[in-house]
Amino acid sequence: MATLVLADHDLGQLAPATARVVAAGLQLGAPVDVLVAGDDVDKVATAAAALEGMARVRVARSAALATPSAEAISALLLKLAPEYGAIVAGSAAVGRDVIPRLAAGLDLMPVTDIVAIHAANRFDRPIYAGNAIETVVSNQTQQVLTIRASAFRPVGQGGSAPVEQVDAGGIAAVTRLLAAHRTESDVPDLATAQIVVGGGVSVGSAEGFKLIERLAHRLGAAVGATRAAVDAGYAPNDWQVGQTGKIIAPDVYIAVGISGALQHLAGIQGAKKIVAINTDPEAPLVKIADVALIGDLFAVVPELIEELARLGIGGQAQG
Amino acid sequence: MKILVAVKRVVDHNVRIRVRSDSSGVETDNVRMSMNPFDKHAVEAAVQLAEAGKADEIVIVSIGPKQANDVILTALAMGAHRGVLIETNERVETLAVAKLLKAVADEEKPDLILLGKQAVDDDSNHVGQMLAGLLGWPQATFASEIKAGEGGLEVTREVDYGRATIALPLPAIVTADLRLNTPRNAALPMVMKARQKPLAVRPVAEFGIDISPRLVIDKVSPPAERPGGRQVADTAELAAFIAGEVKELEAL
Repeated sequence: MATLVLADHDLGQLAPATARVVAAGLQLGAPVDVLVAGDDVDKVATAAAALEGMARVRVARSAALATPSAEAISALLLKLAPEYGAIVAGSAAVGRDVIPRLAAGLDLMPVTDIVAIHAANRFDRPIYAGNAIETVVSNQTQQVLTIRASAFRPVGQGGSAPVEQVDAGGIAAVTRLLAAHRTESDVPDLATAQIVVGGGVSVGSAEGFKLIERLAHRLGAAVGATRAAVDAGYAPNDWQVGQTGKIIAPDVYIAVGISGALQHLAGIQGAKKIVAINTDPEAPLVKIADVALIGDLFAVVPELIEELARLGIGGQAQG
Repeated sequence: MKILVAVKRVVDHNVRIRVRSDSSGVETDNVRMSMNPFDKHAVEAAVQLAEAGKADEIVIVSIGPKQANDVILTALAMGAHRGVLIETNERVETLAVAKLLKAVADEEKPDLILLGKQAVDDDSNHVGQMLAGLLGWPQATFASEIKAGEGGLEVTREVDYGRATIALPLPAIVTADLRLNTPRNAALPMVMKARQKPLAVRPVAEFGIDISPRLVIDKVSPPAERPGGRQVADTAELAAFIAGEVKELEAL
């Protein structure tokens, strides 16, 4: 039976993570359909249809789906579930909200935050903030899964899947969006960025974080922060990286003034290369870094930005 | 308003965990245990609603071995009114947890059920959503602010793009994120008083719910170790390294 992947989208844009979730879905070995649920989602459907390897894009249009709600999306997925052997979403905010609710409706145990697929019913998922990896086997009749997108390589963009409409009648929104508080920022998407610059509480202030942002701009990087920096009000909550924030797996992670609490390390274990800038040579993050510079970030970072400019780095945005 | 809060006893989040050498799981013998940190935020939110005159009774429920009484007592010391322990020594999966909590909700008929957004042992982040699905109630997960009004709530949630404030009718499920509040440490007189509060211990069999696991845990392994790297002497050397990495990425 086929696999259904729930597309993630926001403001009429397909989330870059969806190409990675589709890649994971394809590893289950069955044809993959992508479901785009929303109201004004033509652009999202077009972008989804361009993902490689899919059987078709199914579009469910309804005013009740205009803003993502677990009640409406899980009701829609419950209707479609009999057609599928597996239902898959990314383990971002919407997937985490929807998938367990759907699983309960199907009387199934979901397997969530999957970082490796060994077989269509055998998966790895991190537990204890990534300090252990659990390998689970699900012999249930259907699989209901969330995927840690950063653990999978995205599929290409050369596809041309057919787009079909799905009846979204009878789907009602129970909750109502009153206000969306968005972080205004022109840096790349944190969850899928190739380079991330992270700042810790020793950055000292929201103004201090501007320095982190300047370095990120130079590198075309996304900006991350520790929980302590977010709690202190230096950075917005959607920049938080760690067990309770976003899990990232960039090619390069540059940790500035971050000592490396267990919960933060949980969020960056997938990084290919780690660079640390810290005054404390004994900091856990310095110990696991591929390259570390011991020094005061307020002296190092401005110098680093200049050096990078001199070396011809910057000016072009990176995915 | 009556509030039900579900709490879990887990390995204390400050303990550096160790995977058992036979790959059967994480060592939990002789390890410090405490209330799941997210659940503390849920209890604190309930107590604050009671203090604001919005709630008149807070019932705490936990599922686990006899020792899980300790985390119920912690919640009672924080200001909850009574507790229920569903006693079992078995591993209980999140679906079975949600079914047991639904049974308690059917008996207690709360207006609001608060839970932590996830437990820091299995990091599942399932139970609130599953319980909402089983009850057919609306849910507000990852809450960083709760305002109680007439017959409904306004909850601010932490989402991918920042925060979103939603309105939902009662009865409802809310799961707590870390920035919801700062949980109190109960003063000694409250801890003493907690022991006088009602705490019912009920064997899991009483509920007649099949809790046998659906998933097989094949093995539990430690994560791949990261070999330590090198220190560079100055910013120029660091810049050269980063520039090299960036150029490599651009070449791909």
